[in-house]
Amino acid sequence: MPVRQIDDRKLWQRYDTATRLRLWGGWIGTTLVVFVCWQVISGATRWEFVADAPQQLSQFIGRMFPPRWGYLNELWLPLWDTLNIATLGTLLGLGIAFPLSFLAAQNTTPHPLVRYVALLIIVVSRSVNSLIWALLLVAIIGPGVLAGIFAIGLRSIGFMGKLFYESIEETSREPVEAITATGASPLQVLSYSILPQVLPSFAGVSIFRWDINIREATVVGLVGAGGIGLNLNASVNALQWSQVGMIFIVIFVVVLFSEWVSARVRQAII
Amino acid sequence: MLRLQHVSKRYPTGNQALKEINLTVPEGQVVALIGPSGAGKSTLIRCVNRLVEPSEGQIWLRDTEITRLSTRGLRHIRRRIGMIFQEYALVERLSVMENVLSGRLGYVNFWQSWLRRYPQADVDNAFQLLERVGLLDFVDQRADALSGGQRQRVGIARALLQDPDLLLVDEPTASLDPKTSRQIMRLITELAQERGLAVVINIHDVPLAQMYAQRIVGLRAGSVVYDGPPEGLTTAQLTTIYGEEDWDRNRQADPADEDAVLAMVAQDAGQPRPAL
Ligand SMILES: Nc1ncnc2c1ncn2[C@@H]1O[C@H](COP(=O)(O)OP(=O)(O)O)[C@@H](O)[C@H]1O
Repeated sequence: MPVRQIDDRKLWQRYDTATRLRLWGGWIGTTLVVFVCWQVISGATRWEFVADAPQQLSQFIGRMFPPRWGYLNELWLPLWDTLNIATLGTLLGLGIAFPLSFLAAQNTTPHPLVRYVALLIIVVSRSVNSLIWALLLVAIIGPGVLAGIFAIGLRSIGFMGKLFYESIEETSREPVEAITATGASPLQVLSYSILPQVLPSFAGVSIFRWDINIREATVVGLVGAGGIGLNLNASVNALQWSQVGMIFIVIFVVVLFSEWVSARVRQAII
Repeated sequence: MLRLQHVSKRYPTGNQALKEINLTVPEGQVVALIGPSGAGKSTLIRCVNRLVEPSEGQIWLRDTEITRLSTRGLRHIRRRIGMIFQEYALVERLSVMENVLSGRLGYVNFWQSWLRRYPQADVDNAFQLLERVGLLDFVDQRADALSGGQRQRVGIARALLQDPDLLLVDEPTASLDPKTSRQIMRLITELAQERGLAVVINIHDVPLAQMYAQRIVGLRAGSVVYDGPPEGLTTAQLTTIYGEEDWDRNRQADPADEDAVLAMVAQDAGQPRPAL
């Protein structure tokens, strides 16, 4: 009890003695763990390499500059591929995540068993990185843009599905009750009481994911799944650092652009 | 019209919300259900359209036994039962018109409702009702742009567009100020009278119930403890329903309020109204 009686006065403290001791113990324990970890990490580090790092970095950047501006002409097509991978991948993810989220949300699922399957799909999709999806898909359907689209799409299902079903679960119950009471069918109840409530957040999440996917689409090429990543991989392998520099600049501009678009669209929705 | 026989409800949590309720509401009667919170008022009216499944007993609307209906039959009978809610229960992001038209969802198919292609007759009726509740200028506004009283009017129009035989009304005034509360109660009872509807209103405001209902049913801990005319509600009766309290003192503590009520009653003379 945080309240103690001394004579006829009541003292109040946030924590009682046992809790205070536990808190102190926690702090000391954490400090010890951090210290031990530091020891292990520094033991495994070649400090000469670390000391050398700034020099390496400046050399690295030096080799990239000046970028090969002429290389830009060869980048338009991969860039277009990258945008397509991101956009079509997002649409693919959206198309699957949308119905999936209604199956996964507690208040709209037709059956608890269906719900667990839907949640499983979402978790699997989320736990595998786009790059790994791309690796798998390149092995299955061969290298190219299609593998990239599927990789991005599969990864997006989990992300969007999770955020979608959470917002479905947060909808208020009263309109659902009211629409049900009119004698509406289950599908009408969904479309009149749940959908209007979640539409803005669905749109926001989709745009946000598209923005992320633009960035992810630039790397899936590293494993052969199309887009500008292919050129990056080739240039690094060929030690063409000035081309690498050019690619980085292009990616940077594209990412800025997608950030701008998604910010604009989200503003318009809300 | 509406008949409840031995209706009981026990929630899965073990709460016995209703015990052996027997109640018959004839055509055109306005019944006020009063009682302390937790007495089972909202459970009772939700059992009627089976938003809450009663555990035992039968409920009849005319000669249909609601408690025996399949899903499809239940949807059909729900069209005959309009419902009005405490928090209005509008779909905030839809327009006033869409909200009112949603009262017809039981009559149109999915694509008609999805594309908002309601039969012209429904739209005509919706306009008429919106005019009746004084919201004709708000047809295209989004529901979340309206005040509480206006939202409740939309809720009323939605319920009536169903063309119901019975109105279930759940605490229609609990979120409204005293003046708007009276206007809303008046609107509901007038519209019900015009159309000859039976009405069951949950309400915890006893004077308001006495003013607008023809019959009072007092509920306590899931059982009916009073069933009679508004005038018959004595101090002793209130004590049975709500428990010990100095009722007369409470009543007198609000003279200004009572005056206001009388003034408003006088204001629209010409409307038949049960005596206070
Ligand atoms: N969904 C529910 N699950 C479990 N118990 C409930 C539920 N709804 C209401 N109850 C219980 O049933 C009793 C009656 O509640 P309610 O019908 O809401 O009363 P009132 O409308 O008169 O305030 C209360 O004891 C309440 O706790």
